[in-house]
Amino acid sequence: MEIGYYPGCALHGSSNDYEMSVRACLAALGVRLRELDDWICCGATAAHSLNHKLAVALPARNLGLAERDGMEELLAPCPMCSMQLMKARRLLFANDALQQEISAIVELDVRGTTQVCNLIQIFQQVGYERIQQAATQQLGEFRPACYYGCLLTRPPGVVQFDDCEHPQSMESLLSELGAAPVEWNYKTECCGAGMTMANEATVLELGHRILSNAAAHGANCLVVACPMCHVNLDMKQAAINQRYSAEHDMVVYYLSDLVGLALGLAPAALGIPRHFVVRK
Amino acid sequence: MARIGVFTCWCGENIARNVDVQSVAEQAAQLPGVRCSQTHKYMCSDPGQKLIRDTIAAERLDGVVIASCSPHMHLKTFRKAAEHADLNPYLVEMANVREQCSWVHSQRSRATAKAVDLIRVAVAKVRHNRALEPIQVPVTRKVLVVGGGVAGIQAALDIADSGVPVVLVEREPSIGGKMAGLSETFPTLDCSQCILTPRMVEVAQHPNITLHTCSEVEQVEGYVGNFRVTIRKQARYIDVDKCTGCGQCWNACPSKKTPSEFDYGLGKRTAIYTPFPQAVPARPVIDRDACLRLTKGRCGICVKKCQADAIRFDDQDELVSEDIGAIIVATGYQLYEIGKPDGQGRVTGYGEYGYGRYPDVISSLQFERLVSASGPTGGEIRRPSDGAVPKTVVFISCVGSRDNAKGLSYCSKICCMVNAKHTMLYKHKVHDGQAHVFYMDIRAGGKNYDEFVRRAIEQDGAHYHRGRVSKITQEDGRLIVRGVDTLAGEPLTIAADLVVLAAAMRPATGVEDLAQKVNVGYDEFGFLCESHPKLRPVETNAAGVFVCGACHGPKDIPESVTQASAAAAKVLLMFSRDRLYREPEIAHVQESACAGCFACRRSCPYHAIDPAEIRDRQGQLVRRVARVNPGLCMGCGTCVALCVSKSVDLEGFSEEQVYAMVESLR
Repeated sequence: MEIGYYPGCALHGSSNDYEMSVRACLAALGVRLRELDDWICCGATAAHSLNHKLAVALPARNLGLAERDGMEELLAPCPMCSMQLMKARRLLFANDALQQEISAIVELDVRGTTQVCNLIQIFQQVGYERIQQAATQQLGEFRPACYYGCLLTRPPGVVQFDDCEHPQSMESLLSELGAAPVEWNYKTECCGAGMTMANEATVLELGHRILSNAAAHGANCLVVACPMCHVNLDMKQAAINQRYSAEHDMVVYYLSDLVGLALGLAPAALGIPRHFVVRK
Repeated sequence: MARIGVFTCWCGENIARNVDVQSVAEQAAQLPGVRCSQTHKYMCSDPGQKLIRDTIAAERLDGVVIASCSPHMHLKTFRKAAEHADLNPYLVEMANVREQCSWVHSQRSRATAKAVDLIRVAVAKVRHNRALEPIQVPVTRKVLVVGGGVAGIQAALDIADSGVPVVLVEREPSIGGKMAGLSETFPTLDCSQCILTPRMVEVAQHPNITLHTCSEVEQVEGYVGNFRVTIRKQARYIDVDKCTGCGQCWNACPSKKTPSEFDYGLGKRTAIYTPFPQAVPARPVIDRDACLRLTKGRCGICVKKCQADAIRFDDQDELVSEDIGAIIVATGYQLYEIGKPDGQGRVTGYGEYGYGRYPDVISSLQFERLVSASGPTGGEIRRPSDGAVPKTVVFISCVGSRDNAKGLSYCSKICCMVNAKHTMLYKHKVHDGQAHVFYMDIRAGGKNYDEFVRRAIEQDGAHYHRGRVSKITQEDGRLIVRGVDTLAGEPLTIAADLVVLAAAMRPATGVEDLAQKVNVGYDEFGFLCESHPKLRPVETNAAGVFVCGACHGPKDIPESVTQASAAAAKVLLMFSRDRLYREPEIAHVQESACAGCFACRRSCPYHAIDPAEIRDRQGQLVRRVARVNPGLCMGCGTCVALCVSKSVDLEGFSEEQVYAMVESLR
């Protein structure tokens, strides 16, 4: 199975450990990633709050490239990217005038024929059963708290994925692989996301709440599918501990890390040793 | 030669403001076949009707066109006036120059021209009208009431008390409906069981009521006054006549783990059981999915215990047939399913409230059982998880109601009152407890209703917060309720011991099936449609079928009872005549031309077309043709449009008439 791949800025920059993990894990499952040629920003950073047209045009250009290259599906492992792309696709579908205007701006006829999906949806397409059959390791020692954050399931009308307030898709996948996901309270709460630069205090407080709640419900690790969540919970964990005199020692995995481990990949191949909090 | 009178109404200023009535009358007088043309300020008034009667007699009119309002409004009025002047009422037609002309157009000259055209069309039609006679059908004086909640009980008793026999069909093992499970009722806080159970006993003992419990309507045939209804009585496994209701069987039954439907899963029941102590009939039923004898072939302790020899493990479903004249549907409601999986890995609405995950998040009907003396806790308010008395309770309004994003768009109407009642009942039992209500608006319209809510707030100290709850989580055994107080303008977090969700009212399951059986329409939510929201609130578009209670829309007890009595009155009114008269404007098949393709039969929304066999003198079958049942046909005309051989026509709206109307505009 070959699929279009849109890395976005994070996976080629600060979160290239995530890209390493996604590529290794999907390769082990026989999914070939074909990176979108000449991709540009998805518009998640400043565009969507400053300029409505730009916020559609940026992701629309990427969609147009994917269509040009005949991609039926485009994986955007960062939920900010996938949401922006899905939103643009939805807007273009609903409004002929906008579709024509944006197509003229990006100099590509964007029809919205390429489906956009997040990482969990790729695993769903491969099939949980198939992944389970391919697994060589049991994840029995892991009691993950699955953390979806804000954008994997929201806005529900745009992403149309899982129950937006009580999602279960990561839990079902990891249960299939022998892990024991915990029920906890903060799986769709905000991690502070982009505030990490502008208002660190808020991010630390939110991160502290999430980590504490996961630990209180018996989790021994967190699982995320978002580079921003990973930064705020993994990289900032030391700062959280310092600020709140806490002793969090919570490893934060990408979903592809745990699936990769189950498939028998070495932690180094998945970029796991490059996390800030590592398993002792 | 046609002698048609045209009568144009001013309707005060309603028509005259935008239509030059005088000019219309003058132009109408010139139309072919028109003998005279008159106007009146209010044609429907007594002097207006007198003008019509006198003119019909003086001018010996053989057709009348009234140019005024919609025929829905006054066709009957004017037809009656013509009848008084000895003109066949079906020779009267109306031209709607108000709703379809003066009200919707602003240019006077063009509106006037359109009014003339509308009259022209009506005159062309009436020239081809035939005198028709109303259809007479006999009437069986027996009523079927579907649903034995408070509405069904009220309707059944009203009708039975007047001497007319009633067949009451209830799906559950006992009548009583949702009301039987309530603790106390607003706005008087009188005990629900105390007011309802005597009425239930009355039903059981009434000589004019035949009660079928564990039963559903399987099939409805026939038409107004002459329905034939088949009722499926599910196997009860009990000989109801022999059983004395002593209780030996259910006290001994070893299968005790089935969640009680009556307690909404908060308590457990045995496999042989009565749903609640005051059940009517006071006879047990065996749950065939829970009974060890019926599922695994062992046990049978109840047989040994029963002194009356009333257990029947070989009992079968039974079909009962009844001849019925009128049907009252009173199937009631169920609660909106909060946070239930939809089978595609998603949860329908409100996953954030944790209903079904956190045992101490319950629905308002479950809370009723916790407060009720006959409930699983004997009336002590104890939370499901650990049996502790909750010291802080949060009540959340509008769970599913008034929520286009996740739930249903309508207001469920009773929840504001239910919440106020619950805070009172709680505070009366747990004096040091805190009751919090999150609400969108307080809708307490009704006699003594707003006073009741004020009492909850001012006397019983309920804390009302205007705002929604965004999330409920569980921490250290408590429910953390996070919401917003929009009046204070700040987020609000309450650590609660119990959360009660006032879930929306939805029609009971299966109501669509029943509606299709009796040809009654229903809206997008499944609520049954009345014939007219103001003037015919308990009638439906299916003749002889009436609705009452919450199957028609969200309603409280007083309103359900009012509507039930109204439905009963309408049925008795229908039964007050020996024969029923129906409008003769129905379809008619010209059997000599019918090809027997039955496209009409498949398309008929009222199932009014049956195959008929044409036989020769030797009794040999010649062919099959379509035949219209005059009792069922509502005159919609769908069959006329579909008939390939042009052998169906509509009386009073024949193709000849329609073509004449179209031609007149050329």
